[in-house]
Amino acid sequence: MAVRLRTGQQLVSAVDNTAVIVIRAPAAECTLTCGGVAMAGPGEPVPAAEPDPSLLGGSELGKRYVDDADTIQVLCTKAGTGTLALDGKPLLIQAPRPLPASD
Amino acid sequence: MRLTLLLDMAVDGFGHRVLAGRRSGGITAAELARQSHSGAALLRQRGAGALVYLDVNGPAFPVALFAAARSGIPLVPLNYRLGQRQLDALLARHPAAVGIGGPGVLAHFQRAGLDAMTADEWLTHTTADRSEVSGAPSDEEENPVAVVIYTSGTTSEPKGVLLRHENLVSYVLGSVEFASADEKEAALVSVPPYHIAAVANVVTNLYAGRRTLVLEAFTPGEWLRTVREEEVTSAMVVPTMLARIIDSAEDLSVPSLRSLSYGGAPMPAALIKRALRKWTGVDFVNAYGLTETSSTIALLGPQDHRAALASDDPVERARLSSVGRPLPGIELEIRGPGGEILGAGQAGRIYVRGSQVSAEYAGLGRAVDDHGFFDTRDDGYLDEDGYLFVSGRADDTIIRGAENIAPAEIEDVLLRHPAVLDAVVFGVPDQDWGQRIEAAVVLRPETGVDPADLRDFTMRALRSSKTPDRFWLLDALPRTETGKLLRRMVPGLVEEAGR
Repeated sequence: MAVRLRTGQQLVSAVDNTAVIVIRAPAAECTLTCGGVAMAGPGEPVPAAEPDPSLLGGSELGKRYVDDADTIQVLCTKAGTGTLALDGKPLLIQAPRPLPASD
Repeated sequence: MRLTLLLDMAVDGFGHRVLAGRRSGGITAAELARQSHSGAALLRQRGAGALVYLDVNGPAFPVALFAAARSGIPLVPLNYRLGQRQLDALLARHPAAVGIGGPGVLAHFQRAGLDAMTADEWLTHTTADRSEVSGAPSDEEENPVAVVIYTSGTTSEPKGVLLRHENLVSYVLGSVEFASADEKEAALVSVPPYHIAAVANVVTNLYAGRRTLVLEAFTPGEWLRTVREEEVTSAMVVPTMLARIIDSAEDLSVPSLRSLSYGGAPMPAALIKRALRKWTGVDFVNAYGLTETSSTIALLGPQDHRAALASDDPVERARLSSVGRPLPGIELEIRGPGGEILGAGQAGRIYVRGSQVSAEYAGLGRAVDDHGFFDTRDDGYLDEDGYLFVSGRADDTIIRGAENIAPAEIEDVLLRHPAVLDAVVFGVPDQDWGQRIEAAVVLRPETGVDPADLRDFTMRALRSSKTPDRFWLLDALPRTETGKLLRRMVPGLVEEAGR
């Protein structure tokens, strides 16, 4: 089910430990999945589900994930085994753009 | 977006790493998380509405920050050097607070009727297992206040700046890469805990995985020794600290230091040039920000510093006096007196917008315009390539005749004079001009100078309308502990000196 995501929203996977926070939300309604199954809010009840075996690319803690068109950016706050995808297209790790430490 | 999310990620990513304190005996990410849980339970048991921190910086500070964050109440770091009357007034604004303070200040809490303990007691209490304590963290409010910082009140009564979880988390996520520091990195913090940079230091270094250690009381010798002994790799100083370090007779070698950031007050060009030439292997970073913006909003990086120092191009050279470019998460506008957006090279008021910008004051709400922009009350301009030049506080501007004059520009010239250690330029009411310009300078020890020399020196660099009419000699200028000039005190001091 497509939903409107908002910046700062936290989402958890229905099939593994993955958790993300939305850094940049797409303007349109969309479906964010992990292992092929829609992600949900931390408190929301989710039906038991099995990941799609072809979508077990995993995610890395602290990495930012984006789509090709740069409409979405999520930060992985808990790593997992499922592949993060937006409307069926796997997200990619964004290369870090480090700033010098200023504090 | 709670601050504790950052700590929980640190535990998952590098829980065993020492993140606060000395290499041996410091607190690891996992210990910090455990203590934050225990501390949050303790605060809930005591019904705390705020956690007041009235002590020097130390390992108790990050534990206090995250314990307060976990229980959904604000941490309120206060200046332990304030007088009794001022402290009483601030404590009265936090009636249900629990206090942490040095043995000498516990009496302040008692007088205010507040429950209090020393930093050592806090660290001991928070090692106790309180997982049995009932009551979940108060999650009723989605985005509570994480930290209240009182402005130094250089011009008026102190205002409580409210920094919400989302402001601080946005700042961290927008400016730091997770786990980007290697295990050997260590950051030295010299600012007191009631300064925004001290709060920002805790959260940004934690997220990067960098150990922080603090100087309880800054002296050049102690700073230099700590850098060498603890193999400090990065540090943040305010300009007055850098001046004292560079001018000291101590051994200035800092072999481990890779990065030095500075901010909090304007940096004299002459001073940063001396530092760049002294420490050629160090990356310098100029950070510009306000308490209201959760620390840094623009920064001038190491390459810009080196390019400016080496360049023959006047535009590039001038950048040593700029604060660099805005952070990616910050929108910045220069606006004219009618609110119109000005172009490159045109000076006006600096406005900013972004999720790290709190712009919120206790009892007053958010001070933003209809578009969500915050008026920094700093004047400045952007150059053709988007580098920001801050000319000073709008409130400090001298209006001589019809001309707006920023004291900082004249002060910067005076500080280039070899005999001048410190300088302030201020406006004095004048019948003919509205305001005339006067200056007070502090001379380097064992130097003398004729005020006429200073006049000629200024006139050669600037035009005569920007040359002070009168020079006063003072033994020291009134500054806050973090190097901010207390301009309102200067006229009184020169009046005394004139008698």
